[in-house]
Amino acid sequence: MNAPALHISGAARIGATPVFGPLSLRVGAGQWTCLLGPSGVGKTTLLRLITGVDEVTSFDGTIAASDGLALEGRIALMAQTDLLMPWLDVMDNTLLGARLRGENPDRARARDVLDRVGLSDHVHKRPHALSGGQRQRVALARTLMEDRAFVLLDEPFSALDARTRSQMQDLACELLCGRTVLMVTHDPAEAARLGDAILIMEPDGLTPVTPPPGPAPRPENDPDTLRAQADLLIRLRDSQT
Amino acid sequence: MMKGWPSILASACLGILLWQGVVMLAAPPSYILPPPLDVAATLWSAREQIAHHSIYTIGEILIGLALGAVLGAVSAIGLAASPLAQALLRPMMVFSQAIPVFVLAPILTLWLGYGIWPKVMMALLIIYFPVTSAFFDALMRTPGAWLDLARVMGARPARVMWHIRIPAALPGLASGLRLAAVYAPIGVIISEWVGASRGLGYLILLALGRVKVDLMFATTIALAVFTLLLYAAIDQICRRWLDAPDD
Repeated sequence: MNAPALHISGAARIGATPVFGPLSLRVGAGQWTCLLGPSGVGKTTLLRLITGVDEVTSFDGTIAASDGLALEGRIALMAQTDLLMPWLDVMDNTLLGARLRGENPDRARARDVLDRVGLSDHVHKRPHALSGGQRQRVALARTLMEDRAFVLLDEPFSALDARTRSQMQDLACELLCGRTVLMVTHDPAEAARLGDAILIMEPDGLTPVTPPPGPAPRPENDPDTLRAQADLLIRLRDSQT
Repeated sequence: MMKGWPSILASACLGILLWQGVVMLAAPPSYILPPPLDVAATLWSAREQIAHHSIYTIGEILIGLALGAVLGAVSAIGLAASPLAQALLRPMMVFSQAIPVFVLAPILTLWLGYGIWPKVMMALLIIYFPVTSAFFDALMRTPGAWLDLARVMGARPARVMWHIRIPAALPGLASGLRLAAVYAPIGVIISEWVGASRGLGYLILLALGRVKVDLMFATTIALAVFTLLLYAAIDQICRRWLDAPDD
Protein backbone atom coordinates (compact mmCIF):
# COMPACT_ATOMS: atom_id res chain seq x y z
CA MET A 1 0.00 0.00 0.00
CA ASN A 2 1.27 3.44 -0.96
CA ALA A 3 -0.07 5.57 1.86
CA PRO A 4 0.53 9.33 1.92
CA ALA A 5 1.66 11.29 4.98
CA LEU A 6 -0.70 13.18 7.26
CA HIS A 7 -0.14 16.80 8.30
CA ILE A 8 -1.85 18.40 11.27
CA SER A 9 -1.15 21.94 12.36
CA GLY A 10 -3.25 24.24 14.46
CA ALA A 11 -4.91 24.56 17.85
CA ALA A 12 -8.06 23.07 19.33
CA ARG A 13 -10.57 24.78 21.60
CA ILE A 14 -14.01 24.23 23.06
CA GLY A 15 -15.71 27.62 22.84
CA ALA A 16 -13.02 29.97 24.15
CA THR A 17 -11.27 27.32 26.29
CA PRO A 18 -8.10 25.97 24.69
CA VAL A 19 -7.82 22.17 24.55
CA PHE A 20 -4.35 21.87 23.05
CA GLY A 21 -1.86 23.52 20.79
CA PRO A 22 -0.91 25.26 18.69
CA LEU A 23 1.02 22.24 17.49
CA SER A 24 2.37 20.86 14.25
CA LEU A 25 2.44 17.13 13.57
CA ARG A 26 3.57 15.16 10.57
CA VAL A 27 2.62 11.49 10.53
CA GLY A 28 5.14 9.97 8.12
CA ALA A 29 3.92 8.20 4.98
CA GLY A 30 3.65 4.46 5.56
CA GLN A 31 5.09 4.90 9.06
CA TRP A 32 3.93 3.98 12.53
CA THR A 33 3.85 7.08 14.76
CA CYS A 34 3.29 6.72 18.50
CA LEU A 35 1.81 9.58 20.50
CA LEU A 36 2.45 9.53 24.26
CA GLY A 37 1.54 12.07 26.89
CA PRO A 38 -0.20 12.72 30.19
CA SER A 39 -3.91 11.98 30.49
CA GLY A 40 -6.19 14.83 29.51
CA VAL A 41 -3.67 16.54 27.25
CA GLY A 42 -5.93 16.01 24.22
CA LYS A 43 -4.50 12.94 22.47
CA THR A 44 -7.88 11.32 21.92
CA THR A 45 -9.39 14.69 20.95
CA LEU A 46 -6.68 14.97 18.29
CA LEU A 47 -7.68 11.58 16.86
CA ARG A 48 -11.36 12.55 16.93
CA LEU A 49 -10.58 15.77 15.08
CA ILE A 50 -8.71 13.85 12.40
CA THR A 51 -11.63 11.43 11.93
CA GLY A 52 -14.07 14.34 11.84
CA VAL A 53 -16.45 12.93 14.47
CA ASP A 54 -15.78 15.61 17.10
CA GLU A 55 -18.70 18.05 17.06
CA VAL A 56 -17.80 19.83 20.30
CA THR A 57 -14.21 20.84 19.73
CA SER A 58 -13.24 23.44 17.11
CA PHE A 59 -9.92 23.12 15.35
CA ASP A 60 -8.25 26.28 14.00
CA GLY A 61 -5.76 25.03 11.44
CA THR A 62 -5.40 22.34 8.82
CA ILE A 63 -5.59 18.55 8.81
CA ALA A 64 -4.57 17.25 5.38
CA ALA A 65 -3.06 14.34 3.48
CA SER A 66 0.22 14.94 1.65
CA ASP A 67 -1.32 13.89 -1.68
CA GLY A 68 -3.82 16.76 -1.44
CA LEU A 69 -6.91 14.50 -1.57
CA ALA A 70 -9.68 14.68 0.99
CA LEU A 71 -9.33 12.57 4.15
CA GLU A 72 -12.95 11.46 4.16
CA GLY A 73 -13.33 7.76 3.46
CA ARG A 74 -9.60 7.09 3.84
CA ILE A 75 -9.39 6.60 7.63
CA ALA A 76 -9.92 3.50 9.73
CA LEU A 77 -10.27 3.67 13.50
CA MET A 78 -9.48 1.17 16.22
CA ALA A 79 -10.39 2.14 19.76
CA GLN A 80 -9.53 0.96 23.27
CA THR A 81 -12.77 -1.02 23.45
CA ASP A 82 -13.37 -3.43 20.61
CA LEU A 83 -16.74 -1.82 19.66
CA LEU A 84 -18.03 -5.17 18.41
CA MET A 85 -21.78 -5.46 17.93
CA PRO A 86 -22.84 -8.16 20.42
CA TRP A 87 -25.66 -9.42 18.17
CA LEU A 88 -23.36 -10.07 15.18
CA ASP A 89 -20.99 -13.02 14.85
CA VAL A 90 -17.29 -12.61 14.07
CA MET A 91 -17.86 -12.70 10.30
CA ASP A 92 -20.64 -10.10 10.35
CA ASN A 93 -18.70 -7.83 12.69
CA THR A 94 -15.80 -7.98 10.25
CA LEU A 95 -18.18 -7.04 7.42
CA LEU A 96 -19.82 -4.18 9.36
CA GLY A 97 -18.25 -1.38 7.28
CA ALA A 98 -19.52 -2.82 3.99
CA ARG A 99 -23.00 -3.31 5.49
CA LEU A 100 -23.12 0.27 6.74
CA ARG A 101 -22.09 1.66 3.36
CA GLY A 102 -24.54 -0.57 1.47
CA GLU A 103 -21.76 -2.37 -0.39
CA ASN A 104 -21.77 -6.03 -1.28
CA PRO A 105 -20.01 -7.79 1.63
CA ASP A 106 -16.88 -9.55 0.38
CA ARG A 107 -17.03 -12.74 2.43
CA ALA A 108 -14.06 -14.37 0.74
CA ARG A 109 -11.79 -11.48 1.68
CA ALA A 110 -13.24 -11.37 5.21
CA ARG A 111 -12.44 -15.07 5.56
CA ASP A 112 -8.89 -14.39 4.41
CA VAL A 113 -8.48 -11.49 6.85
CA LEU A 114 -9.90 -13.55 9.73
CA ASP A 115 -7.47 -16.29 8.81
CA ARG A 116 -4.58 -13.79 9.01
CA VAL A 117 -5.60 -12.63 12.50
CA GLY A 118 -5.89 -16.29 13.54
CA LEU A 119 -9.66 -16.49 13.97
CA SER A 120 -10.62 -18.95 11.22
CA ASP A 121 -12.00 -21.36 13.85
CA HIS A 122 -14.23 -18.70 15.42
CA VAL A 123 -15.98 -17.21 12.38
CA HIS A 124 -19.50 -17.94 13.62
CA LYS A 125 -19.04 -17.13 17.29
CA ARG A 126 -20.63 -14.09 18.92
CA PRO A 127 -18.34 -11.64 20.77
CA HIS A 128 -19.46 -12.81 24.24
CA ALA A 129 -18.03 -16.25 23.45
CA LEU A 130 -14.57 -14.78 22.77
CA SER A 131 -11.69 -13.74 25.05
CA GLY A 132 -10.58 -10.11 25.28
CA GLY A 133 -7.63 -10.81 23.00
CA GLN A 134 -9.81 -12.56 20.42
CA ARG A 135 -12.27 -9.68 20.46
CA GLN A 136 -9.47 -7.21 19.74
CA ARG A 137 -8.39 -9.51 16.89
CA VAL A 138 -11.89 -9.17 15.42
CA ALA A 139 -11.59 -5.39 15.78
CA LEU A 140 -8.25 -5.59 13.95
CA ALA A 141 -9.83 -7.72 11.21
CA ARG A 142 -12.64 -5.17 10.87
CA THR A 143 -10.04 -2.39 10.61
CA LEU A 144 -8.12 -4.33 7.93
CA MET A 145 -11.33 -4.96 5.96
CA GLU A 146 -11.72 -1.21 5.67
CA ASP A 147 -8.43 -1.18 3.75
CA ARG A 148 -7.72 2.50 4.45
CA ALA A 149 -4.48 4.42 3.94
CA PHE A 150 -4.67 6.04 7.37
CA VAL A 151 -5.20 4.00 10.51
CA LEU A 152 -5.81 5.70 13.86
CA LEU A 153 -5.31 3.59 16.97
CA ASP A 154 -6.54 4.85 20.34
CA GLU A 155 -4.84 2.66 22.98
CA PRO A 156 -6.22 -0.48 21.32
CA PHE A 157 -4.23 -2.96 23.42
CA SER A 158 -4.25 -1.26 26.81
CA ALA A 159 -6.96 -3.48 28.29
CA LEU A 160 -5.20 -6.74 27.35
CA ASP A 161 -2.94 -8.87 29.54
CA ALA A 162 0.81 -8.57 28.92
CA ARG A 163 1.12 -11.76 26.84
CA THR A 164 -1.88 -11.03 24.62
CA ARG A 165 -0.82 -7.41 24.25
CA SER A 166 2.63 -8.38 23.00
CA GLN A 167 1.10 -10.84 20.49
CA MET A 168 -1.40 -8.24 19.28
CA GLN A 169 1.41 -5.69 18.82
CA ASP A 170 3.28 -8.11 16.55
CA LEU A 171 0.16 -8.95 14.61
CA ALA A 172 -0.97 -5.35 14.14
CA CYS A 173 2.55 -4.27 13.17
CA GLU A 174 2.73 -7.00 10.53
CA LEU A 175 -0.76 -6.47 9.09
CA LEU A 176 -0.83 -2.67 9.12
CA CYS A 177 2.62 -2.45 7.53
CA GLY A 178 2.78 0.17 4.78
CA ARG A 179 -0.16 2.19 6.09
CA THR A 180 0.18 5.56 7.76
CA VAL A 181 -0.53 4.75 11.40
CA LEU A 182 -1.04 7.16 14.29
CA MET A 183 -1.26 5.39 17.64
CA VAL A 184 -2.17 6.98 20.94
CA THR A 185 -0.73 4.97 23.82
CA HIS A 186 0.03 5.27 27.52
CA ASP A 187 2.58 2.50 27.43
CA PRO A 188 6.27 3.49 26.89
CA ALA A 189 7.09 -0.17 26.15
CA GLU A 190 4.54 -0.22 23.34
CA ALA A 191 5.88 3.01 21.85
CA ALA A 192 9.48 1.73 22.08
CA ARG A 193 8.52 -1.56 20.35
CA LEU A 194 6.32 -0.19 17.58
CA GLY A 195 7.18 3.44 16.86
CA ASP A 196 8.95 4.47 13.66
CA ALA A 197 8.48 7.89 15.18
CA ILE A 198 7.65 8.73 18.81
CA LEU A 199 6.13 12.00 20.00
CA ILE A 200 5.31 13.26 23.47
CA MET A 201 2.29 15.54 23.62
CA GLU A 202 2.18 18.19 26.35
CA PRO A 203 0.05 21.31 26.84
CA ASP A 204 2.65 23.48 25.12
CA GLY A 205 3.16 21.22 22.12
CA LEU A 206 4.84 18.12 20.75
CA THR A 207 8.36 16.86 21.44
CA PRO A 208 9.86 14.22 19.16
CA VAL A 209 11.84 11.42 20.79
CA THR A 210 14.33 9.35 18.81
CA PRO A 211 13.02 5.80 18.52
CA PRO A 212 15.34 2.86 19.20
CA PRO A 213 17.19 1.49 16.16
CA GLY A 214 15.92 -1.49 14.16
CA PRO A 215 12.65 -2.25 12.41
CA ALA A 216 9.40 -2.60 14.37
CA PRO A 217 8.19 -4.72 16.06
CA ARG A 218 11.36 -4.73 18.11
CA PRO A 219 11.98 -7.67 20.46
CA GLU A 220 10.90 -7.12 24.08
CA ASN A 221 14.38 -8.04 25.34
CA ASP A 222 16.33 -5.86 22.92
CA PRO A 223 18.64 -3.69 25.10
CA ASP A 224 18.14 -0.55 23.00
CA THR A 225 14.36 -0.97 23.10
CA LEU A 226 14.42 -1.50 26.87
CA ARG A 227 16.62 1.54 27.26
CA ALA A 228 14.29 3.64 25.11
CA GLN A 229 11.31 2.41 27.13
CA ALA A 230 12.98 3.44 30.40
CA ASP A 231 13.98 6.84 29.00
CA LEU A 232 10.43 7.43 27.79
CA LEU A 233 9.02 6.57 31.19
CA ILE A 234 11.39 8.98 32.93
CA ARG A 235 10.58 11.64 30.34
CA LEU A 236 6.81 11.11 30.92
CA ARG A 237 7.16 11.26 34.70
CA ASP A 238 8.75 14.69 34.37
CA SER A 239 6.28 16.02 31.81
CA GLN A 240 3.94 18.84 32.76
CA THR A 241 0.31 18.06 33.33
CA MET B 1 -34.38 -20.13 47.11
CA MET B 2 -37.28 -21.38 45.03
CA LYS B 3 -37.41 -20.17 41.46
CA GLY B 4 -39.77 -20.50 38.51
CA TRP B 5 -42.78 -22.77 38.79
CA PRO B 6 -42.31 -24.06 42.38
CA SER B 7 -42.15 -20.45 43.58
CA ILE B 8 -45.24 -19.41 41.59
CA LEU B 9 -47.19 -22.46 42.82
CA ALA B 10 -46.20 -21.89 46.45
CA SER B 11 -47.18 -18.22 46.20
CA ALA B 12 -50.59 -19.12 44.69
CA CYS B 13 -51.21 -21.68 47.48
CA LEU B 14 -50.32 -19.08 50.10
CA GLY B 15 -52.79 -16.63 48.53
CA ILE B 16 -55.59 -19.21 48.55
CA LEU B 17 -54.79 -20.14 52.17
CA LEU B 18 -54.98 -16.47 53.21
CA TRP B 19 -58.28 -16.14 51.37
CA GLN B 20 -59.64 -19.26 53.15
CA GLY B 21 -58.32 -17.89 56.45
CA VAL B 22 -60.20 -14.60 56.02
CA VAL B 23 -63.40 -16.54 55.14
CA MET B 24 -63.07 -18.72 58.26
CA LEU B 25 -62.13 -15.94 60.68
CA ALA B 26 -64.38 -13.09 59.49
CA ALA B 27 -67.15 -15.33 58.13
CA PRO B 28 -68.42 -12.79 55.57
CA PRO B 29 -71.65 -13.60 53.73
CA SER B 30 -70.90 -15.48 50.50
CA TYR B 31 -72.24 -12.57 48.39
CA ILE B 32 -69.38 -10.45 49.79
CA LEU B 33 -66.54 -12.99 49.77
CA PRO B 34 -67.27 -16.55 48.63
CA PRO B 35 -64.92 -19.28 49.91
CA PRO B 36 -62.23 -20.52 47.48
CA LEU B 37 -63.85 -23.93 47.05
CA ASP B 38 -67.17 -22.40 45.92
CA VAL B 39 -65.33 -20.26 43.37
CA ALA B 40 -63.41 -23.30 42.14
CA ALA B 41 -66.68 -25.19 41.75
CA THR B 42 -68.17 -22.29 39.75
CA LEU B 43 -65.02 -22.05 37.64
CA TRP B 44 -65.62 -25.68 36.70
CA SER B 45 -69.40 -25.58 36.24
CA ALA B 46 -69.34 -22.32 34.26
CA ARG B 47 -66.29 -23.32 32.23
CA GLU B 48 -68.10 -23.27 28.88
CA GLN B 49 -69.61 -19.85 29.53
CA ILE B 50 -66.25 -18.46 30.66
CA ALA B 51 -64.44 -20.06 27.72
CA HIS B 52 -66.97 -18.60 25.27
CA HIS B 53 -66.44 -15.07 26.58
CA SER B 54 -62.69 -15.58 26.94
CA ILE B 55 -62.28 -16.15 23.20
CA TYR B 56 -63.49 -12.61 22.47
CA THR B 57 -61.48 -10.97 25.21
CA ILE B 58 -58.29 -12.83 24.33
CA GLY B 59 -58.77 -12.10 20.63
CA GLU B 60 -59.27 -8.39 21.34
CA ILE B 61 -56.19 -8.32 23.58
CA LEU B 62 -53.99 -10.09 21.02
CA ILE B 63 -55.09 -7.92 18.08
CA GLY B 64 -54.68 -4.75 20.16
CA LEU B 65 -51.29 -5.90 21.39
CA ALA B 66 -50.04 -6.72 17.89
CA LEU B 67 -51.29 -3.46 16.38
CA GLY B 68 -50.07 -1.36 19.31
CA ALA B 69 -46.64 -3.01 19.31
CA VAL B 70 -46.14 -2.54 15.57
CA LEU B 71 -47.47 1.03 15.59
CA GLY B 72 -45.42 1.90 18.69
CA ALA B 73 -42.22 0.42 17.24
CA VAL B 74 -42.68 2.18 13.90
CA SER B 75 -43.42 5.50 15.66
CA ALA B 76 -40.32 5.16 17.83
CA ILE B 77 -38.10 4.54 14.79
CA GLY B 78 -39.69 7.45 12.93
CA LEU B 79 -39.15 9.77 15.88
CA ALA B 80 -35.57 8.62 16.40
CA ALA B 81 -34.76 9.07 12.70
CA SER B 82 -36.16 12.58 12.37
CA PRO B 83 -35.38 15.52 14.67
CA LEU B 84 -38.25 17.37 12.98
CA ALA B 85 -40.72 14.62 13.91
CA GLN B 86 -39.34 14.73 17.45
CA ALA B 87 -39.84 18.49 17.71
CA LEU B 88 -43.39 18.33 16.32
CA LEU B 89 -44.77 15.12 17.81
CA ARG B 90 -43.08 14.46 21.15
CA PRO B 91 -44.80 17.30 23.05
CA MET B 92 -48.11 16.16 21.57
CA MET B 93 -47.49 12.58 22.66
CA VAL B 94 -46.55 13.59 26.18
CA PHE B 95 -49.56 15.91 26.39
CA SER B 96 -51.87 13.13 25.19
CA GLN B 97 -50.76 11.14 28.23
CA ALA B 98 -52.35 13.78 30.45
CA ILE B 99 -55.74 12.51 29.27
CA PRO B 100 -56.60 9.36 31.24
CA VAL B 101 -57.10 6.83 28.45
CA PHE B 102 -60.16 5.42 30.22
CA VAL B 103 -62.25 8.53 29.53
CA LEU B 104 -61.94 7.70 25.83
CA ALA B 105 -63.76 4.39 26.23
CA PRO B 106 -67.29 5.83 25.84
CA ILE B 107 -66.18 7.94 22.87
CA LEU B 108 -64.62 4.92 21.19
CA THR B 109 -67.83 2.95 21.74
CA LEU B 110 -69.80 5.83 20.24
CA TRP B 111 -67.55 5.92 17.19
CA LEU B 112 -66.80 2.24 16.64
CA GLY B 113 -69.93 0.52 17.94
CA TYR B 114 -70.31 -2.44 20.27
CA GLY B 115 -68.13 -4.96 18.41
CA ILE B 116 -64.51 -5.83 19.02
CA TRP B 117 -62.97 -2.69 17.48
CA PRO B 118 -63.45 -0.20 20.35
CA LYS B 119 -61.83 -2.83 22.62
CA VAL B 120 -58.94 -3.37 20.23
CA MET B 121 -58.54 0.40 19.89
CA MET B 122 -58.55 0.84 23.65
CA ALA B 123 -55.82 -1.79 24.10
CA LEU B 124 -53.85 -0.17 21.29
CA LEU B 125 -54.11 3.30 22.83
CA ILE B 126 -53.13 2.13 26.29
CA ILE B 127 -50.00 0.28 25.12
CA TYR B 128 -48.93 2.64 22.35
CA PHE B 129 -47.20 5.14 24.63
CA PRO B 130 -45.21 2.69 26.79
CA VAL B 131 -43.98 0.80 23.71
CA THR B 132 -43.09 3.96 21.78
CA SER B 133 -41.47 5.62 24.77
CA ALA B 134 -39.37 2.64 25.89
CA PHE B 135 -38.17 1.87 22.36
CA PHE B 136 -37.54 5.54 21.49
CA ASP B 137 -35.48 6.12 24.63
CA ALA B 138 -33.38 3.06 23.82
CA LEU B 139 -32.92 4.21 20.21
CA MET B 140 -31.59 7.55 21.47
CA ARG B 141 -29.09 5.86 23.80
CA THR B 142 -26.92 4.08 21.22
CA PRO B 143 -23.35 4.14 22.57
CA GLY B 144 -21.60 7.17 21.05
CA ALA B 145 -18.46 5.18 20.24
CA TRP B 146 -20.47 2.87 17.94
CA LEU B 147 -21.94 5.86 16.12
CA ASP B 148 -18.47 7.42 15.77
CA LEU B 149 -17.13 4.17 14.34
CA ALA B 150 -20.03 4.08 11.87
CA ARG B 151 -19.31 7.66 10.80
CA VAL B 152 -15.62 6.93 10.23
CA MET B 153 -16.71 3.94 8.14
CA GLY B 154 -18.76 6.26 5.94
CA ALA B 155 -22.13 4.81 6.95
CA ARG B 156 -25.47 6.10 5.70
CA PRO B 157 -27.92 7.19 8.43
CA ALA B 158 -30.65 4.74 7.38
CA ARG B 159 -28.15 1.88 7.52
CA VAL B 160 -26.86 2.99 10.94
CA MET B 161 -30.48 2.86 12.09
CA TRP B 162 -31.05 -0.61 10.67
CA HIS B 163 -27.70 -2.25 11.50
CA ILE B 164 -26.77 -0.57 14.80
CA ARG B 165 -29.41 1.60 16.47
CA ILE B 166 -32.39 -0.75 16.13
CA PRO B 167 -30.58 -3.96 17.16
CA ALA B 168 -28.96 -2.10 20.07
CA ALA B 169 -32.38 -0.80 21.20
CA LEU B 170 -34.28 -4.12 21.08
CA PRO B 171 -33.93 -4.67 24.87
CA GLY B 172 -35.75 -1.33 25.27
CA LEU B 173 -38.52 -2.53 22.96
CA ALA B 174 -38.68 -5.69 25.08
CA SER B 175 -39.35 -3.73 28.28
CA GLY B 176 -42.07 -1.78 26.45
CA LEU B 177 -43.69 -5.02 25.28
CA ARG B 178 -43.60 -6.53 28.78
CA LEU B 179 -45.49 -3.48 30.06
CA ALA B 180 -47.88 -3.77 27.11
CA ALA B 181 -48.69 -7.39 27.99
CA VAL B 182 -49.95 -6.22 31.38
CA TYR B 183 -51.71 -3.05 30.16
CA ALA B 184 -53.55 -4.47 27.14
CA PRO B 185 -56.05 -6.59 29.17
CA ILE B 186 -56.87 -3.52 31.31
CA GLY B 187 -57.80 -1.54 28.21
CA VAL B 188 -59.97 -4.32 26.82
CA ILE B 189 -61.85 -4.90 30.09
CA ILE B 190 -62.57 -1.17 30.57
CA SER B 191 -63.94 -1.00 27.05
CA GLU B 192 -66.06 -4.11 27.61
CA TRP B 193 -67.55 -2.49 30.73
CA VAL B 194 -68.63 0.53 28.72
CA GLY B 195 -70.49 -1.43 26.10
CA ALA B 196 -70.35 -5.06 25.07
CA SER B 197 -72.47 -8.16 24.73
CA ARG B 198 -69.53 -10.58 24.93
CA GLY B 199 -66.20 -10.87 26.69
CA LEU B 200 -64.97 -11.38 30.24
CA GLY B 201 -65.54 -7.72 31.20
CA TYR B 202 -69.16 -8.09 30.11
CA LEU B 203 -69.48 -11.38 32.04
CA ILE B 204 -68.15 -9.76 35.23
CA LEU B 205 -70.79 -7.00 35.01
CA LEU B 206 -73.47 -9.56 34.17
CA ALA B 207 -72.53 -11.66 37.21
CA LEU B 208 -72.52 -8.54 39.40
CA GLY B 209 -76.02 -7.61 38.20
CA ARG B 210 -77.32 -11.03 39.14
CA VAL B 211 -75.36 -11.12 42.42
CA LYS B 212 -73.47 -14.21 41.24
CA VAL B 213 -70.44 -13.21 43.21
CA ASP B 214 -68.80 -16.63 42.81
CA LEU B 215 -69.03 -16.22 38.99
CA MET B 216 -67.50 -12.74 39.28
CA PHE B 217 -64.59 -14.18 41.21
CA ALA B 218 -64.22 -17.15 38.86
CA THR B 219 -64.18 -14.84 35.82
CA THR B 220 -61.69 -12.51 37.49
CA ILE B 221 -59.40 -15.44 38.25
CA ALA B 222 -59.67 -16.68 34.65
CA LEU B 223 -58.75 -13.20 33.42
CA ALA B 224 -55.79 -13.00 35.79
CA VAL B 225 -54.54 -16.40 34.61
CA PHE B 226 -54.82 -15.34 30.96
CA THR B 227 -52.94 -12.12 31.67
CA LEU B 228 -50.16 -14.04 33.41
CA LEU B 229 -49.92 -16.54 30.54
CA LEU B 230 -49.80 -13.67 28.06
CA TYR B 231 -47.04 -12.00 30.07
CA ALA B 232 -45.12 -15.28 30.24
CA ALA B 233 -45.45 -15.76 26.47
CA ILE B 234 -44.31 -12.19 25.70
CA ASP B 235 -41.49 -12.60 28.21
CA GLN B 236 -40.31 -15.75 26.43
CA ILE B 237 -40.42 -14.01 23.04
CA CYS B 238 -38.45 -11.08 24.48
CA ARG B 239 -35.86 -13.39 26.03
CA ARG B 240 -35.48 -15.38 22.84
CA TRP B 241 -35.33 -12.54 20.33
CA LEU B 242 -34.96 -9.10 21.91
CA ASP B 243 -33.05 -9.09 25.19
CA ALA B 244 -29.31 -8.41 25.28
CA PRO B 245 -27.32 -11.65 25.29
CA ASP B 246 -25.89 -12.56 28.70
CA ASP B 247 -22.14 -12.23 28.92
